[in-house]
Amino acid sequence: MDMSAFREHLRQIRSRVGFLEDTDLALIGAIEKGLPLSPRPYAEVAAGLGISEQEVLRRLAALRNRGVIKRLGVVVRHRELGYRANAMVVWDVPDDTVGELGRCFSGYDFVTLCYRRPRQLPQWPYNLFCMIHGKTRDEVQARIAQLVQECGLESVQHQVLFSRRRFKQCGARYHGVTTCPALADAREADYAT
Amino acid sequence: MVMELTHLEKRLLNDFQRDLPLSQRPYADMAEQLGVSEQEVIDTLERLRERGVVSRVGAVFRPHSVGVSTLAAMAVPEAELERVAEAITAYPHVNHNYEREHEYNLWFVVTAKDESELCGVLEDMERSTGLSVLALPLLEDYHIDLGFDLQWT
Repeated sequence: MDMSAFREHLRQIRSRVGFLEDTDLALIGAIEKGLPLSPRPYAEVAAGLGISEQEVLRRLAALRNRGVIKRLGVVVRHRELGYRANAMVVWDVPDDTVGELGRCFSGYDFVTLCYRRPRQLPQWPYNLFCMIHGKTRDEVQARIAQLVQECGLESVQHQVLFSRRRFKQCGARYHGVTTCPALADAREADYAT
Repeated sequence: MVMELTHLEKRLLNDFQRDLPLSQRPYADMAEQLGVSEQEVIDTLERLRERGVVSRVGAVFRPHSVGVSTLAAMAVPEAELERVAEAITAYPHVNHNYEREHEYNLWFVVTAKDESELCGVLEDMERSTGLSVLALPLLEDYHIDLGFDLQWT
């Protein structure tokens, strides 16, 4: 693969992410596997970091306001709840309309992720990715048809990549090593990347 | 297979994906909204986690806020798929790894502390499997994560 183009993309992305203080990074590390299920979860996290409960609450609120935390709450596993069909749909969209379409897709609650990614020509012409969950393949197909119609995509090339086997799934871990088990016991989290 | 869920479980799963209270006793605040006790909320969440329905109660972070990551894919000959998938899963940097219906049939996410570690892992994967990796880093995120309406029926 072409590492120089890849590095350039990463630099572009990272330049848009704001600075995080060391305490924020430590806080993120402390909660990335989840908050304690006990009456004072934030106080417990605070004790582990040697800061006050108030500071934890203030920093989490600030991270949420800045969008570093996209949401804070119960993270469910879709598959375990019967949403067994999951498709990644990839679209080859003209560069000048990709933002408009991305925002159109995001308006549908069955679209659980929507990202722009670089094309890798000649093997990979697709630049807009979205993830669609449903209980059955037919339900997912119907939702894709709805997107095509309502976002005006009749002339746009797309491909639907249904998932088959899940070899591994767990939340992203940024501090060192991931601890998620593989295969049968795989832990689902967000589809954050 | 449909999982049996109580009314309280359904409400906990659907209504609190996004706005966990940022207060000293968040589970007590949730309990008040639900008309149950704090201990009931905590016990129910704990059971849902043990059953694997809940991954965690916590935060979903915007990609690239901390560390770097990329979506990656490989076109693996069918006969080698299991072996290669196992080799990819074995990397501690990989947090999702799926087979998908496409010529590019193995899709995974690689996360690292910085750019050089990430490039190093991708290069190592190419060397150890003899297959090339398609790396597709995120350039823009259009999705506002509102959680997922579970539409109980």
